[in-house]
Amino acid sequence: MSIDLKTIKHISKLSRISVDEKKAEKLASDLNSIFDFIEKLNELKTENLEPLTSVAETTLKLRPDEVKSKNLREQIIKNSPKDNEDYFVVPKVIE
Amino acid sequence: MSKEKSEYLINRNDNQYEVVIGLEVHAQVLSQSKLFSTSATKFGAEPNTQVSLVDAAFPGMLPVINEFCVKQAIKTGIGLKAKINKRSVFDRKNYFYADLPQGYQISQFKDPIVGEGKVILDMPEGQKEVGIERLHLEQDAGKSIHDLDPKNTFVDLNRSGVALMEIVSKPDLRSPEEVNAYIKKLRSIMRYLGTCDGNMQEGSLRADVNVSVRKKGTKDFGTRCEIKNVNSIKFMQMAIEYEANRQVDLIEDGQSVDQETRLFDTKKNETRSMRSKEDAHDYRYFPDPDLLPLEVSDEFIDQLQSEIPELPDEKKKRFIDQFKLTPYEANIMVSDIETSNYFEDVVKKSDVKLATNWIIGELFAALNEKNLEITGSPISAGNLSKLINLIKDGTISGKIAKTVFEQMMEGDKDPKKIVEEKGLKQESDPKALEALIDKVIDNNRDKATEYKSGKVKLFGFFVGQVMKVSGGKANPQLVNEILKKKL
Amino acid sequence: MSDITKQTLSELVNNIKKKKLSSSEVTKAFVDRSEKSKELNTYITEDFSNALDKAKKFDANPNLDLKLPGIPMAVKDLFCTANLRTTAGSKILNNFEPTYESTVTQNIWNEGAILIGKLNCDEFAMGSSNETSFFGNVQNPIDKNLVPGGSSGGSSSAVAAQLTPITIGTDTGGSIRQPASFTGTVGLKPTYGSCSRYGIVAFASSLDQAGPMAQNVKDCALLQEVISSYDQKDSTSIDFKRNQYSKELTKNIKGKKIGIPKEYRVDGMPKEVDDLWQKGIEYAKDCGAEIIDISLPHTNYALPTYYIVAPAEASSNLARYDGVKYGFRADGENLIDMYEKTRSEGFGAEVQRRIMIGTYVLSSGYYDAYYLKAQKVRKLIKNDFDEAYKKVDAILTPSTPSSAFKIGEKTNDPVSMYLNDIFTVPVNLAGLPGISIPAGHDSKGYPLGLQIIGKVFDEQNILNIAYAMEEKINFKNKISDWWIK
Repeated sequence: MSIDLKTIKHISKLSRISVDEKKAEKLASDLNSIFDFIEKLNELKTENLEPLTSVAETTLKLRPDEVKSKNLREQIIKNSPKDNEDYFVVPKVIE
Repeated sequence: MSKEKSEYLINRNDNQYEVVIGLEVHAQVLSQSKLFSTSATKFGAEPNTQVSLVDAAFPGMLPVINEFCVKQAIKTGIGLKAKINKRSVFDRKNYFYADLPQGYQISQFKDPIVGEGKVILDMPEGQKEVGIERLHLEQDAGKSIHDLDPKNTFVDLNRSGVALMEIVSKPDLRSPEEVNAYIKKLRSIMRYLGTCDGNMQEGSLRADVNVSVRKKGTKDFGTRCEIKNVNSIKFMQMAIEYEANRQVDLIEDGQSVDQETRLFDTKKNETRSMRSKEDAHDYRYFPDPDLLPLEVSDEFIDQLQSEIPELPDEKKKRFIDQFKLTPYEANIMVSDIETSNYFEDVVKKSDVKLATNWIIGELFAALNEKNLEITGSPISAGNLSKLINLIKDGTISGKIAKTVFEQMMEGDKDPKKIVEEKGLKQESDPKALEALIDKVIDNNRDKATEYKSGKVKLFGFFVGQVMKVSGGKANPQLVNEILKKKL
Repeated sequence: MSDITKQTLSELVNNIKKKKLSSSEVTKAFVDRSEKSKELNTYITEDFSNALDKAKKFDANPNLDLKLPGIPMAVKDLFCTANLRTTAGSKILNNFEPTYESTVTQNIWNEGAILIGKLNCDEFAMGSSNETSFFGNVQNPIDKNLVPGGSSGGSSSAVAAQLTPITIGTDTGGSIRQPASFTGTVGLKPTYGSCSRYGIVAFASSLDQAGPMAQNVKDCALLQEVISSYDQKDSTSIDFKRNQYSKELTKNIKGKKIGIPKEYRVDGMPKEVDDLWQKGIEYAKDCGAEIIDISLPHTNYALPTYYIVAPAEASSNLARYDGVKYGFRADGENLIDMYEKTRSEGFGAEVQRRIMIGTYVLSSGYYDAYYLKAQKVRKLIKNDFDEAYKKVDAILTPSTPSSAFKIGEKTNDPVSMYLNDIFTVPVNLAGLPGISIPAGHDSKGYPLGLQIIGKVFDEQNILNIAYAMEEKINFKNKISDWWIK
């Protein structure tokens, strides 16, 4: 199996990471060597096996419906690269 | 009514097309705090004031599930006569958007909390069953505001993480009318259960609409288009009509329909393709490793089952049996929980037949005129039942009752007091009435003579005169009797 | 006392409790040594003057009943610390200052310890040599230009160089045990669910665990006792009975059954490592343990499984770094352009590589072949351990297939870098506790570690075995302070 440049471009789009030609070629070569090694799993027949859900030997705990978090606007917005005190501000969304 | 009458078909050339519709309804769970965080869910708060570190996806923040939201989803499932899954799994749906702080939405993909169920619609031609495919819990996204600034988009995360139930129907709906009935029924069930307030203006209830068309009589489904995020029944209906006709035009034109996501433009009243978005989407669902599978016991479900109130279908049956309402009347009375409660309160102390007529007739008309819901009715159920009792025991006539009712609409006044204060009590004393009638006959000697000579139609004239002279207060039945004797 | 920084944690605690040392003296000693050790590049963010102030405050009103009274401590920069920059070793969080504290660090401060700084690590804990950090390489105090291991490389280096008496790291595939092994220190990865993940910058949620790193087993046990707690803010935190690990620590391991998995004798493993393992077996026997040969048949599949599961979770966990709410943002013409530039400039090459792998294995058409398959194999790996634990109480293996390597030696070959974690990764995949203790030196004089793997929640048992073996091994780290001029 081989990951081509088109695939690299597609997954970089999905990951929202820009890649130019050079970077794409390097990534393709790295990923191909990593996947060569991952393909070892194909030696195993797993059709009838159940996947692992979690190693945590416990069940999901449910919390009561209580409002505890107060107005944190200042705290929340403090670290943002751009805001106008009320809102986070991002460049225009182009559909 | 004949079956054809409400059937929705599109005719083109010599072909008849049927529309196939399925809905994915997003209903906001009624809860104090969010699905995986402890911030508030109130509508209309100042921007970004109901956002916790979890909702804004700060590094190292983790989701912890709200038990009440789980219960609400299960209750809704029970209300939809659906299978409750004792084990369900939360998955991450991965995509980037400004109002999706985590870069993924926690949802349920393969193993939803609720499986197959059904909703019964009362259509003019009879009942129709609509299948429910599933119901799952998921997080709402925040809000992107594009029109406050020419270059920038503003992001408010107040909604981010609020619990939603996505209720997916089977492609069982066949017309905009059925969609209307379906949404209303779903809304009604959830309001009975108290699991969603169904407020479409505030976005508590919205839907993605899947539409396809096929030649009538064929079995295979056509290619469907999904119209995203429509937030009123009217728009849903308009979008369906537009979209169905668009698809028929394509087919008639020898073209094919592309499976795609479309947006309903409420200004232009048309749907348009969102293909640009579709391309980039590959949601890469996988089980959220921050959460474990959600497991609920039989006891947990049984307890919730025992808390389920009487739902519209059962209530309708009871209203027909117990109060002898017609199916039409019963449908109206159970359409929402507040109306049915109001009705039951009124009939606790007054005549059912009169109460039914007054609620469906006068009250609804008056509320409609003032644009009020039953919960905002100026007339309390107690006072309406008093009014009905005044009619029933002959204290006032139906006509006077309307005057009293109008005054009650101005403010919740006791009808007895209005009758007393304004002296509207019906005159039922035969002696007083005789005196009145004698006077009227005296003043209309010529007409009385004509009546006696056979012009019996004039009887109405005399009744009218007596009522007029009495200021409408004369007991019409007694007036009739006495007049007959006197003339 | 002149050699404050040479004292073990237990000695320091004892001396403070007996008022032979003040917190200020101890804190100043570690701060001074840290100041002189900048060449090691262990710190990303120093908080020295605040630490000295806190120490003074502690001394003014000392609470000597606490477990870590006035003890200074630097922590891996993956733990969010309130009002002190937390970077995860990444440019994308270069300017991020949390307003909240991780549960694990809060537990530490609650017992009286004092934060002195944030330690270097691989970017988002993705690496085995600390070379992926945006803040540069960390030197291993053992030798110049030697990697300290990773991802908790700043932590291992700081403990080995005695810049902090103890520290905490995180371990997703070996990130505590491998650097401990490379620096001649002790590192414990607890059972999954033992330490809360709340407030720890996530790498791979189903594998990440915080754990203690120390000079010796006893100190490690004490810190584990402090950091492990059930936390309702982490849905994968487990409510189990936690031991008083340091108090219950014993060298009596007579009759304990220790398994030796034959699959860990891998091709190309240096003879020195194998010899060390044999020596370890002898030590264990000397301590009274019974040695039993076992098989963990799916061992060879652990690394490929890990390199599907961990990147998949990481690709999703790191989606939140998008330039909107916090951290670095690059200018962009529109939202998507901003995202792509921010993440391309903000993440380093290894992180980008893993995000790509993770995105790929989850993407439409590949999910079943990779992600689902890996989760099935993960179950097989866990089953192997479950089977083995029917026969034994613990498992003994080498910690790493080799000793520390030179900076730059493996950076161009991701796969050979990944192979470093071959013995540690299965433990994370199965959610088990594992400890690495220093056991000897190779011909170059570099430390080598042995790993003891336990049953779930059985930290006490592996700490006891480690404690007993530690005495027999009597390891001495060879550190010359070459970086101090």
